[in-house]
Amino acid sequence: MASHAIEVKNLYKIFGPNGKAFVEQVKNGLGKAELNEKHGHVLGLQNINISMPAGGVMVVMGLSGSGKSTLIRHINRLIDPTAGEVLYDGVDVCKMNENDLREFRRHKTAMVFQKFALLPHRTVIENTVYGLEIQGVPDGESRKRAQGWIERVGLKGFENHYPNQLSGGMQQRVGLARALTNDADILLMDEAYSALDPLIRVDMQTVLLDLQKELKKTVVFITHDLDEALRLGDKIAILRDGKVVQQGTGQEIVLNPADEYITAFVKEVNRGRVIHVETIMSPLSGNPQGVPITVGTALESAARMMTMAKVSVAHVVDVNGKPLGSVDLSAIISAMVTPVSHERQAA
Amino acid sequence: MALCEVLPGFLCKFPAFSDNSIRMARKSIDDGFKALVRSYIDIIDAAVQPLQVFLNFLERLFVTSPWPIILLAMLAIVYFGSRNIRITIGTALSMLAIGLLGLWNDTMVTLAMVTVCTFIAIIIGIPIGILMARSDRVQSFVNPVLDVMQTMPSFVYLIPVVMIFGIGKVPGLIAVVIYAVPPMIRLTNLGIRLVDKEVLEAADAFGSSSWQRLKNVQIPLALPTIMAGINQTIMMSLAMVVVASMVGVGGLGKNVLQAINNQFFTVGFLNGFALVAIAIIFDRTSQAYGRRLQKHSEVIHG
Repeated sequence: MASHAIEVKNLYKIFGPNGKAFVEQVKNGLGKAELNEKHGHVLGLQNINISMPAGGVMVVMGLSGSGKSTLIRHINRLIDPTAGEVLYDGVDVCKMNENDLREFRRHKTAMVFQKFALLPHRTVIENTVYGLEIQGVPDGESRKRAQGWIERVGLKGFENHYPNQLSGGMQQRVGLARALTNDADILLMDEAYSALDPLIRVDMQTVLLDLQKELKKTVVFITHDLDEALRLGDKIAILRDGKVVQQGTGQEIVLNPADEYITAFVKEVNRGRVIHVETIMSPLSGNPQGVPITVGTALESAARMMTMAKVSVAHVVDVNGKPLGSVDLSAIISAMVTPVSHERQAA
Repeated sequence: MALCEVLPGFLCKFPAFSDNSIRMARKSIDDGFKALVRSYIDIIDAAVQPLQVFLNFLERLFVTSPWPIILLAMLAIVYFGSRNIRITIGTALSMLAIGLLGLWNDTMVTLAMVTVCTFIAIIIGIPIGILMARSDRVQSFVNPVLDVMQTMPSFVYLIPVVMIFGIGKVPGLIAVVIYAVPPMIRLTNLGIRLVDKEVLEAADAFGSSSWQRLKNVQIPLALPTIMAGINQTIMMSLAMVVVASMVGVGGLGKNVLQAINNQFFTVGFLNGFALVAIAIIFDRTSQAYGRRLQKHSEVIHG
């Protein structure tokens, strides 16, 4: 079961009774404030073009009101677009009829919600089988499959508890188990961890990353937290006022913020955990010196390895051990601190 | 008064239609209605026949069974409904008191009536409530009808009911149901409309059909409110059986009516208290049952 990429193309969403009428005007530059004032319609999303990588984690980041939750609801069409396409495996989700859409939701997507959205009158295991029950999978089999995922997310022994008897973090584990039991290619996570305590959130991020290593689903993760975005995202898109301001890998965004808005965001980021050694390495001159550091290692870990080995120079090697370049401690430190230009811009 | 001397007459005395024209209109409506009823009388009789049979069956069952069996069955229902020994003992004591005061048979008649009425009100009320919750248009149409049903004095709608169905148990039953069904409809509607939007969205996201959504999410989450509706319906049927005795429903209500007519103070109050006792038994049992259904919502995690 190979996952496919999701292509969002020229997507517009205008909330209001007659949204379609204003798409052309918005394309020609009608702003959000003006649309609201003059015509009483709310611009939710405009001209969204994102290619979400197959089998990878796509993070959509933005503050509240940026349209990120609206965007994720277009992928399983809980919200209908005003214009544009959402393509999955060559099929436009927005053009499906009611039956196809229901089948698509049942078999291709699963969703995790910010406020968990569990059924309070059902136990953990009954909640977890929900997707399979809807599909008509026999009870015995669906329970067996659900049991496996309940154990994977660390809820063994809680099968017969009701959601209200569990903490927030545990309830969201149920939400995750419910989504995973569906065995769908696409996993939609709408601010799934935003309601959790910071420590539990990190814990749940780890659960997701571990699972994703073997599952390779196409995950769409919504968050307002840049640290979370950088930790989870293979690719990140930043939304503001319904527009994509910047998209790329975490490193690209931290190193080259597109505008002041993003600069202000990335200022607070721990760059040592985002930037990789190969990004700042200089070409090899002569023989490789110091300790070998694998491609993809974050600066912070590289600095730790060098300090432990008591060397100030190291060389970067690829996964097969072939030397690619060299780094020294001062280059690492200067890359880890926020550049002066960013500080000034953001101030 | 002085003002009326200078003003034209139609500003002082409301210009009503002439008595004659009103009388004509009234007569033609009444006659038309009677003619309509007369021409469909067979169909109407056939339609309510099953109700009559069901009601008679239940009444005979309650009245002719030996009282210990009825009492034990009642106590069993109360106990397994509420799982509360105090409510069960209370039921036993009040039913014994009713029996000792010679009201057993009348109470059984009333009990049969209320049971059938509640049953019918639930069968009619829940589907209408569901339809109302699904569509704002249905709601805006049904709501004023319910307002009329609840505020129209019950004696008034007894008139057409009697004209259509004559005197007897079935017209009484219909009058009681008209009176008792609005809270069932309203609270079903309210309960479904109050279901958490997030949970509904989750049901949609997993691809629920609208029937699956209703069965798995809306009805279970609306259940506490629906139970409150059933409770209200029972209470209102009990209140209405007294009025319904005016059109020929027997039981405690008939005794109350006779007591009113003859100023029998004691008889009136004894029968009244018998109704109160039944009402309290129904209320406590159904509420305790409703609470038991909601056990999962007790927050145990701190």
